[in-house]
Amino acid sequence: MERAIIVFFLITAFLSWGCSSNKKSKEQKADGQTERADGGLTQFQIENGIGPVTKELEPGPVNDEMAAKGKELFDQNCSSCHKIGERYVGPDLQDVTSRRTPAYVMNMMLNPTGMTQKHPTAHKLLEKFATQMANMHLTREQARSVLEYLRSVNPNSQK
Amino acid sequence: MSIYKCLKKLYVGGIALLSIVFVISGCNSPKSKIGSEDAATDVYVPPGKHDKYYSFMSGGWTGNVSVYGIPSGRHLYTIPVFSQTPTNGYGYTEETKSMLNTSFGFVPWGDTHHVQPSKTNGDYDGRWIFINDRNTPRIARINLKTFRTDEIIEIPNTAGQHSSAFCSSNTEYISANTEYSIPLPKPLGNGVDVPIKSYKKNFHGTISLIKVNQKTGEMNIGFQIEVPPFDYDLGRFGLGVSKDWVFYTCYNSEEAHTLLEVNASQKDKDFVLAVNWKKAEQAAADGKGQLVSSNYDHNFRDPETGVVKTEVMKQVRVLQTSDLKGAIYYMPAPKSPHGINVSPSGEYIAEGGKLSTVVPVESFSKMQNAIQNNDTTGSLGGIPILKYESVLAYEVKNAGLGPLHVEYDGNGHGYNSDFISSEIVKWDLKTGKVLDRHPAYYSTGHLTVAGGDTRHPFGEYLIALNKITKDRYLPTGPEMFAGEQLFDISGNKMKLLLDFPVEGEPHNAAEIPASLIDTGQVKYFKLSDNHNPYVTRKEHDAKVVRNGKRVDVYMTAIRSHFTPDNIEGIKVGDTVYMHVTNIEQEWDIPHGFAMKGNLNAGMLIMPGETRTTVWKPLQPGVYPFYCTDFCSALHQEMQGYVRVSPANSDIKLSYGTNKDI
Repeated sequence: MERAIIVFFLITAFLSWGCSSNKKSKEQKADGQTERADGGLTQFQIENGIGPVTKELEPGPVNDEMAAKGKELFDQNCSSCHKIGERYVGPDLQDVTSRRTPAYVMNMMLNPTGMTQKHPTAHKLLEKFATQMANMHLTREQARSVLEYLRSVNPNSQK
Repeated sequence: MSIYKCLKKLYVGGIALLSIVFVISGCNSPKSKIGSEDAATDVYVPPGKHDKYYSFMSGGWTGNVSVYGIPSGRHLYTIPVFSQTPTNGYGYTEETKSMLNTSFGFVPWGDTHHVQPSKTNGDYDGRWIFINDRNTPRIARINLKTFRTDEIIEIPNTAGQHSSAFCSSNTEYISANTEYSIPLPKPLGNGVDVPIKSYKKNFHGTISLIKVNQKTGEMNIGFQIEVPPFDYDLGRFGLGVSKDWVFYTCYNSEEAHTLLEVNASQKDKDFVLAVNWKKAEQAAADGKGQLVSSNYDHNFRDPETGVVKTEVMKQVRVLQTSDLKGAIYYMPAPKSPHGINVSPSGEYIAEGGKLSTVVPVESFSKMQNAIQNNDTTGSLGGIPILKYESVLAYEVKNAGLGPLHVEYDGNGHGYNSDFISSEIVKWDLKTGKVLDRHPAYYSTGHLTVAGGDTRHPFGEYLIALNKITKDRYLPTGPEMFAGEQLFDISGNKMKLLLDFPVEGEPHNAAEIPASLIDTGQVKYFKLSDNHNPYVTRKEHDAKVVRNGKRVDVYMTAIRSHFTPDNIEGIKVGDTVYMHVTNIEQEWDIPHGFAMKGNLNAGMLIMPGETRTTVWKPLQPGVYPFYCTDFCSALHQEMQGYVRVSPANSDIKLSYGTNKDI
């Protein structure tokens, strides 16, 4: 008899728990959408930025063909705010590939808002330049070509 | 087992079982809204969360469509349709101004009445909204991917186009009809310049059926039907069993042309006009009727360039009632009926009796029997009149005073609004028995349930579109917004949840589940797809070109500067076209453009788009221009100068950004 009672109460308790845990997970989701997930970056993210590129890139010598494509894309999408060899709306990009890792440069192009919100270096640059970098919705392949162009204009690059 | 033990077992087991039932029901069943002490919780949408429905409300004399979230009543957006909108440049910019062309010329204002969403299989499909201009007969099509007016077609041979813009079950046709009958040109009538007192002899109404291209949404007038000069007031296409038919109410069967208030209210009954549009379509396809010279403009956004074009149309096919044997009937209806609404199954057709105290509800199946049995009482203008008793399902008795419109909840109920007695009355759809009534504040016109004119209404909320606001909100002088009221209709009793003020005077609204619209919204335009003839895709291509007294400025805008932002060499007497391309590719980063002293509107340019404002400087000077939409922390700095010199000056054209010119 007692066993039967215990089983019944266990079922009841289980169902109540299911009910409340459902609620809890909803609340957590709601919070997660508004909360800024700053802090707690991994070493990889500190070095390579936050965004779709999650592995280090080792690009090797500059690929001229890709760099030529990248120049076209740069002129189209980036040159309103960035010049090579001078500060404009945004930082001078002549030697950006010396200052940052290739993956970082890619993530900055592909996830500019996420970067300025969550990455301490990018956030500092937003403080300095005051204008949020525009997301031009480049594809990953296009961003890779622009990276190659930026490597090609850097006198320190491995040619 | 002793009796005690047995009872104890039952008792404990019962409690355990009850607690399980309690927990499950507490967990899963939706919170009942009825009896809730705090209606605010029922309409509360927490910060950052979205409403469940979009409500599209005609603005009436605003000429536009306003969009609200339901249940919160929050104003989400206003879609410019028939009214020039200086706040964003709609109807002013070179790209959009042709949208308001008509055969009368440029008409900068309209009177929007009836919002009709596109349908597939009798249910909303979230593609387009159609809406009429009552004043200068036109129908507009709004694209629900962009919340923009993509097309406006003018309707010839008609006036006072109130009975419009109704949509068939699969959006095959939009219907638009004459309220204010007019004399028609030869050969349809005796010409347009006739005495007003010759109304009965020389005035006519028309029914227009506008064909909709299923892929593009583009509208073309399929055909018109000439009908007697009554005032065709409202309409609905059939659904389900009646989907091949369309029904219109009309008043003024007295054919009065002055003091209609008295003279068009003489008869005890007016009519519902029923047309089998499938048969009419076939008659038109068979070449019946005649092609009549008629001037009307057809304006549409060119999908390639995004620039609105006007096509001047020259003729339309007009059928006579004699071409429609067995496809057109009058059904008597008391008394100066106003609204007409078809039930979700398509079987019941209810009218607002307006000057009557009953709501007559016709039966589609009885109507079909009456047609088969030729159960008529004469004819008018070649249209047989079916017997009222033969087509009537029932009259809703005690439906209130001044019943105007009916709406359905999909759960077997009809609801009618009452203008005079300011109330909503709920009744059983099978019998017409009144089940509930609730006061409304004040003088209700249309009612709207989400999907209320489809096969599957979402019978959760009902909105009363009230005509008189008076004391419901803080007073704002003699003029005020209209007041709408949201009712919970999910239970047996209607429950008033919310008052919310809305701009203009919405005559009608359509609620669409957000899930049909909120995915797939256009968030910015791809720059690579911008084929505006004056696009500047990159800053490097920005330029200023003079051609005689015309100057074209190809300008880019990005956070937060224009290129060029310094221009010299413009002269008094020039016509300057400022073609501004927003080269951003991000959601909600519009740039604005405003020029000091320009006798024109400002404009908003969405990411990836080009907009052009024309500026004719009349005095020499240096004219600042700037971005009007706060775009970044350096938005204030988004500014530039144009130097305007006297007409005889020899200052050379020069321009640039970040350099001295």
